Order: sequence, then C-alpha cells, then structure tokens
Amino acid sequence: MFFSLALNRQKQQHFSIMAVAVLFCLFISLPVFADVPFPKVPQAKGKKCVEETAFMRRNHMELLMHQRDDTMRKGIRTTKHSLQGCLDCHAVYNDENMPVTIQSEKHFCNSCHNYAAVKIDCFGCHNSKPFVKKQPRTEKPEI
Amino acid sequence: MTDHENSAKNLLKAPDNKSRRKFIGIASGVTGMTLLAPGIFLNQVAQAKTDAEAASSKVRWGMLIDTNKCKSGCNDCVSACADENGWKNQTRNNEELPNEVRVQWMRKVELKGKKTGREVSLPVMCQHCEKPPCVDVCPTGASFKRDDGIVLVDKHTCIGCRYCMMACPYKARSFVHSPVEFHDDYMPRGMGTVESCTFCVHLVDKNKSPACVSSCNEKAIMFGDLNDKNSDISKRVSQVASRQIRGDLRTDPGVRYQGL
Repeated sequence: MFFSLALNRQKQQHFSIMAVAVLFCLFISLPVFADVPFPKVPQAKGKKCVEETAFMRRNHMELLMHQRDDTMRKGIRTTKHSLQGCLDCHAVYNDENMPVTIQSEKHFCNSCHNYAAVKIDCFGCHNSKPFVKKQPRTEKPEI
Repeated sequence: MTDHENSAKNLLKAPDNKSRRKFIGIASGVTGMTLLAPGIFLNQVAQAKTDAEAASSKVRWGMLIDTNKCKSGCNDCVSACADENGWKNQTRNNEELPNEVRVQWMRKVELKGKKTGREVSLPVMCQHCEKPPCVDVCPTGASFKRDDGIVLVDKHTCIGCRYCMMACPYKARSFVHSPVEFHDDYMPRGMGTVESCTFCVHLVDKNKSPACVSSCNEKAIMFGDLNDKNSDISKRVSQVASRQIRGDLRTDPGVRYQGL
C-alpha cells in the first residue's frame, strides 16, 4: 500500500509494463532452462569456416547448389564451397578413429538434419567421408 | 556548335580534307584489326585450364583410336575405366551383380569383315557427339553437352527415364539399377540415374589424360583438342585416314577410329 502510494499513476503504469516484459522474457527463455534437446553440432577440424557461421547455417544449401552447378555444367573445380570441403573439415570419428558415414547418427550433416527432419539425398551418390587420396593405378601423363 | 558537329560538317563539305583522311585511316585500321584477330587467335598456344576457369568452347576434346594397334582380347582400357570411375565392383549385398543389370561405360567390340575376313578389335564408349541425340531427347535437361564438347549426365536432374539410352546409336549409356554400395571420391554414382563415359572429365579438368588413354600399353588411344591445330591429335587426323562410327547419322562424334 505504501509502495503504490509513493508512485504516481504514470510510474505505476511503467512498472507494470516492465513487470510484464520481464515475465515474458523469462517465459520465452524457459525451454533453455528446461533442457530441450538442441542439435549437438560436432566440432570441426579447422579454425574458421569458409563463411561466417550464422551465414552458413542459413545459406549452406545455396552455396552447395551453386558450386554443384558450376562444377557439373561448367567444369569449375574450385574447392571453397564444395561438398567434399565440408566433409573434410566436419568429419566425425568413431571409437576406432575412423570417419563415420552418413549411416551414423553422429555424422555432421545428420546432427542437424535429423533434428530438423530435413532429408538430404546428396549421399545417394556422393561419398560422405573425408577425401582420401587414391593411389594412382597407372601413371597419368599430362595431355 | 561543338567541335564534333564541326568536323561532321567539314566531312560533308570538303571530301578531301584532313579530318576525312583521318577517319578513313582509323576506319581501315579497325577493319584491319578485326580481320587479323581470328588469325592471331588461331595461332594462340592452347593453355591449360585452371580450376577457377570454365570449360571453353574454343576447345573440342576428341579421341583417335588406332584399331591396328588395339589388341584383340586386351581389356586394359575397360578395366582402367572401371577402376577410375568406380564401376568395377558392382555388388548387391556383397554379391556381384548379374550381367543384365551391370553398368558398362566402355566395351571392347570385335569385328570381322564378312568378305575379307579381317578382324579388328576396338573399344566403344560414349562418342561425345557434336550433335548428341541423347541431349535432344532428355526431358529434364540432365543430359547435356559441355562447352568443350564433353557429353555428360547431370545426375542431380536425371530422373532415370532412360530416353537417352534409347536415343543413343552407340549403346553407350547404362542405367544404375541398384544402390551403389561403394562411393568413389571422384565420380559420384547413384541408383536411378543414367551414366556413361565422361572422357574422365575430372582428370581432363586437371589437365590429365583419361584413364583409358594412359592405361593403353599399345598407345592405341590418342586424346586431345581437335580445335587446336598444333595438338598431336589434330596433326594425326590431318595425316591419317580415320572415320567416325555411324558417321551417316551426322551426329559428328568426337571419337574417331583409324583403320576401321
């Protein structure tokens, strides 16, 4: 009673707005405290991704698609935005220190895509492990 | 009146004054340059493509296969192709696939002349036509010809309808019937798509020869740029008689055969 008397009407209104705002903030941050399962993204090998992390989260598919068409249709073979580039840095290793394939839930792509229920079909054709240099069967001379 | 208008007027008024001569001089210079330009361009030494460069239409990749050197019963080129492009081990549940569903990018064909009795052996693969029928019939644009003349299947857009297989006069394309159990780093392959010889495009882009060329001990296969007059293959095709298989279909294949 004393408290409300000490405040005039305008200040009272301010107080109630602030109180609602604080409560709202607490409410929306509840899931964090409640330990809702978030995707556990495995640590990558390199120090820094080819683009900003926030940009990659939103746009990695666009980059991959662009690179895919450039390589397939025009023969541009830069590796900055290549799928193999992703796999080389973001490889996850199992207990035997071998890189896991897309069959594993631990695979980098699966860690988010399983969570978001987005099915990708890249690995129907593409290799899902880091690049291993193949032993040349025969010497390949320059053209 | 500006200078420009002045000079234009002078041109009309006095046909033999200095500005007109100047104009004619410049004009003839420009014409001379345009006439010279193609000549300079032709003599340019073919430069190796860098990774960031796109395939250029100045290049036309082609092959010359010498059937006189190609040995009957030798399968080196075919197995090198299978090895390089990941179609060597075609398995389903760890068992080798039966022949009717195996893919075959390249095959050896043995021919015998009915009247002469002469026998020749030759490898046949995608002939990389200048006017490829497989590209004409593709409903999704997956089958396409790259600027440098290499005919490819973009498996990202291939729906596996197999029209191209029917359109191809060389029986060069195959369909992948079962899931691919081994994924090659270089050549992604997958069920439900059509595939064929790519001239080992991943090697050609790195300025290397296709696997079949480098694996042939008889040196029967020659690979190079048919547009570059100074390339070995261009010099060779200008000297020896060679022919395209089913040249009558006018698909203008990039693969030519000598002694056939």
